[in-house]
Amino acid sequence: MEKLLEQFSLGLFFWMLVIFVALIFLLKKFAWKPILDAVNEREEGIKNALLSAENAKKEMQNLKSDNEKLLAEARLERDTMIKEAREIKEKMINDAKTEAQQAGEKMISQAKAAIESEKNAAMAELKAKVSSLSVEIAEKLLKDELSNSEAQTKLVEKMLGDVKLN
Amino acid sequence: MVISKKPLHFIVATLVAFLPLVTVANPTNDSTTVEHTSVTTEAKTEHHEGESKDLKTEIKEFINHHLQDSYDFHLFSYEDDAKVEHHIGFPLPVILWDNGLQLFSSSKFHHGESAAESNGNYYRLFHGKIYKVANADEQVAVDAKHHVTNEKPFDFSITKNVFMMLVVSIIMFLLFTSLAKSYAKNGGIAKGAGRFFEPIILYIRDDIAIPNIGKNYKKYMSYLLTIFFFVWFLNIFGLTPLGVNVTGNIAITAGLALITYLITTFTANKNYWGHIFWMPGVPAPMKLVLAPIELLGTIIKPFSLMIRLYANIVAGHVVLMSIIGLMFIFKNWLGSSLSFVLAFALSLLEILVAALQAYIFTMLSALYFGAANEEHYNDDAHH
Repeated sequence: MEKLLEQFSLGLFFWMLVIFVALIFLLKKFAWKPILDAVNEREEGIKNALLSAENAKKEMQNLKSDNEKLLAEARLERDTMIKEAREIKEKMINDAKTEAQQAGEKMISQAKAAIESEKNAAMAELKAKVSSLSVEIAEKLLKDELSNSEAQTKLVEKMLGDVKLN
Repeated sequence: MVISKKPLHFIVATLVAFLPLVTVANPTNDSTTVEHTSVTTEAKTEHHEGESKDLKTEIKEFINHHLQDSYDFHLFSYEDDAKVEHHIGFPLPVILWDNGLQLFSSSKFHHGESAAESNGNYYRLFHGKIYKVANADEQVAVDAKHHVTNEKPFDFSITKNVFMMLVVSIIMFLLFTSLAKSYAKNGGIAKGAGRFFEPIILYIRDDIAIPNIGKNYKKYMSYLLTIFFFVWFLNIFGLTPLGVNVTGNIAITAGLALITYLITTFTANKNYWGHIFWMPGVPAPMKLVLAPIELLGTIIKPFSLMIRLYANIVAGHVVLMSIIGLMFIFKNWLGSSLSFVLAFALSLLEILVAALQAYIFTMLSALYFGAANEEHYNDDAHH
């Protein structure tokens, strides 16, 4: 112990403290801080890169599932559209059919009505013609019959005889 | 085993069988020749002892000299044909405070052979220390207890150890600033020598600082990194043929331990002092007993750091140099080559110890900082 104390050099102790403390501060400023910062930054970078890769993977999966969902939706939509189109088509055909039927029926009924009215008109005309003809005929007949006075008296007598009968 | 027990019997039998070949049952020397032989052997051993004692003391002195600090950077010395000793190395500045600053080169001491003169004062080297003497011819006076009676000036010389510390500091500064710069240049990836040191820095951060200190580790990182590399590099330099023994100097380890102690003390939180002066969870009389013990413990901890590093490095150097010295004592093929192999193996072990002691110093410092920063847990933990 005595030897140790004797060996203890105050000058060396002093220089040691000065050099070492100076070294700590110099290295802190020029080496440790930049080194640890760089290492931290790099580690953060790696961590972030891994995280973003993980995120990208997740995103990809999301996208994929989204795509599938979209595809399924599209398929469904297509199916419904086809179905709707088919329904529309059928409906249109049906509609057209009924319309055509209706129109045909209407036309037929109109034609029937027109025919009827024409027929009626023709009948009325015929009747009128017939009546005027018959009047004319009767007139002519009468004219012929009543061209001499004897025939006229005969007719009057006959008519009178009819009235008597009444 | 198939041949169980048999080998032992076999070996014993062989040994017995070969015994006559190496031992002689009859005394070889009869009464007439005994005197002669004993005289010669005595003379021989005396001569041998005298020589080896010389060599032994020389080796011992050499080891002692190596362990000590010195005022010049001495690499090696040799004797030329004319028996004149030449010292190869370079002098270092001597700085003394003795009624004003005294600054001169250590070459003035002529390796302790003469007194150095500065501003009319004379100084002399004695056992690796500088003492003031009255004039150029006066020797250092020693009293009966081998204590030097001469005045000792305040010595702030740039000694070999200070020089080595400066060299290591410069190496560390250049090495780690270049590492720091290489990150910016290479996009966050270390290049060159830094590639080797970066994992060590990360190891200190991830396996020493963070587990021991916790979330406040950042403010201690500079100290832990500096102390680890400082101690490690100095330990490694101590193993080189430059023969510097910086970390095996008590003043150096005391300085390092003192800084650890100061940092622990000044960054300690309330919880730490609470545990020292008023230990929670024990009865009041025990608290009074524990307080001085705990307070003493704060000093013992860095003290153990100081002694551990010093003792390990000194022991390593002494053992290694003793084994190397054995080569010259044996002076035969078997012994010398054996001690060479031993020295080689021990050198490898010392390289491990160099890193291990740096690691232990850093680890324990971190542990003490961690204790000073421990957050208050629930008191149940202490029961």
